[in-house]
Amino acid sequence: MGLNVMNKVMSNKWIIALYVLPALLLIGVLIFIPLILTGYYGLMEWDGIGAMEYIGLENYINAIQDAKFWDSALHSFLLALFSTLSLIVYLAISLILASKIKGADLLRKIYLIPMLLSSVAIAQLWIKVFNPTNGMLNSFLVAIGFENPPAWLAEPSVVLYAIFIPILWQYAGFYILIYYAALKNIPESLVEAAKIDGATPLQIALKIKMPLIMGVIKVTVVLAVVGSLKYFDLIYVMTGGGPNGASEVMASYMYKLAFSSNDFGYGSAIGFLLLIITLIVTVIVRKATATKEEIQY
Amino acid sequence: MGRIGYFFLYLCLAIVAVFQIFPIIWLFMFSLKDNQEIFSGSPFALPSEFRWENYAKVWEGGIGLYFWNSIWITGIAIILTVLLASMATFVITRMQWKLSKLVLGLFMVGLMIPIHSAIIPLFSMFLNVNLIDNPWSIVITYTAYNLPITMMILLGFYYTLPREIEEAAIIDGCSVHRMFFRIILPMTTPVMSTTVIINMIYNWNEFVFVNTFISSDKFKTLTVGIQNFIGQYMTDWGAIGATLIISVLPILLAFLFFSNKVVEGISSSAVKG
Repeated sequence: MGLNVMNKVMSNKWIIALYVLPALLLIGVLIFIPLILTGYYGLMEWDGIGAMEYIGLENYINAIQDAKFWDSALHSFLLALFSTLSLIVYLAISLILASKIKGADLLRKIYLIPMLLSSVAIAQLWIKVFNPTNGMLNSFLVAIGFENPPAWLAEPSVVLYAIFIPILWQYAGFYILIYYAALKNIPESLVEAAKIDGATPLQIALKIKMPLIMGVIKVTVVLAVVGSLKYFDLIYVMTGGGPNGASEVMASYMYKLAFSSNDFGYGSAIGFLLLIITLIVTVIVRKATATKEEIQY
Repeated sequence: MGRIGYFFLYLCLAIVAVFQIFPIIWLFMFSLKDNQEIFSGSPFALPSEFRWENYAKVWEGGIGLYFWNSIWITGIAIILTVLLASMATFVITRMQWKLSKLVLGLFMVGLMIPIHSAIIPLFSMFLNVNLIDNPWSIVITYTAYNLPITMMILLGFYYTLPREIEEAAIIDGCSVHRMFFRIILPMTTPVMSTTVIINMIYNWNEFVFVNTFISSDKFKTLTVGIQNFIGQYMTDWGAIGATLIISVLPILLAFLFFSNKVVEGISSSAVKG
């Protein structure tokens, strides 16, 4: 009897609705409906306040022919590339950290600190670091003998790479934390067995530890790529996409179109393309990194 | 591995630590200097005297109000998020209904979407219901956008709760509400505190929603507020440094005291991507 009552109580539809609907309603109204509307607004000529005028696929066709959009997409993909390559460095650091290093716990927490700061604070701090005359970086470069270090954020040819540095700085600790946790989960017995068989530390790292955490590595690749494609905050605050579009990324270009040029229709079309590109790339990265058999411990 | 090998490994780790931490130390140092010292002295030198007046100046100059806005908006959004996420996670993991998997899937999809793709319609929705330049638009947006991540952190814990707790409660004639609020919710305190910390970091640092939905100075939070504020003090590095330190201090203090919770929350939020 007890079980019957239990099943009845635990499948009460009213209670289920009461508990799940507030949350569902919030994500429905504030996340999913806006996403759909973005695609719809993309079909409109609209300044954000006045009446909308249906113009079919014109905005989307314009976007595909818009060199500025493709430049910003290229910059976003470059960031994705650098973020993914930097994972190799983070993985190496994590392998060192996880190899019985004293103070590893403290170190990984120190590495994480930049991730706790707001993008605005990071941006303002790095504007100062990159300051051409009094910044930390150029003072250091001059001190070690460079004569004319660049004005990092004002130079169209270097600005994009300059702003990658604080972005990588911000997230390094995050990836190291993830890898470290995964490496610590590897059973000690596997490593010991390999040692008895005469494997060197490098062999253990590459042939035993790496394959065992491949699942986590794939997740981080997806996170790095997708996170880069939609990246916005720091770039918007540090350079506003400038000088002259040299550091523009997809999200900052979209934001400017809508909220600076009041071109809400075209901005929405770019926003929708950003969503589609992100989803497609997520699927591709997942497929590309998928393996048939998952490794068993 | 020999001594030299270990020395080399430690050196690598130390270089990374310096790279990660030194810009923040440098910021703290110039927040205590005046312009003359910053522009003529070495950027790596300690301040000749600690000019705490930089902090007093920016606090009275308007940072205090932004600070208070950040506190109450962050706080209310945290309460709403953790409560609604706990309720939804409870019925998804513990109660029996056909659509539970689908609904869970919807929340998890919410983890992946780029917020910028939603921001234009959100802006026009809030404009239509007169919530533009109203801090409540920020509160409900934070709540909605943090629900998926919060639920993801809660899920694992809810799945492991033993069935016997609910059985015993129901056989004793306890209602589901009582069971949830008096028994289940208190049991999840450890994981709830993790979600509180993670939500605190996200809300405190959030920029683009406030920047888009709020125009009055009196409603701005710290992230957007300091952005304007720094405009005013463009050339006064000491004041800018003090402003930035004040804005990051609450999160750094939370990290100092609850670093394990932060680490736990950040790693569990990434497990599934």
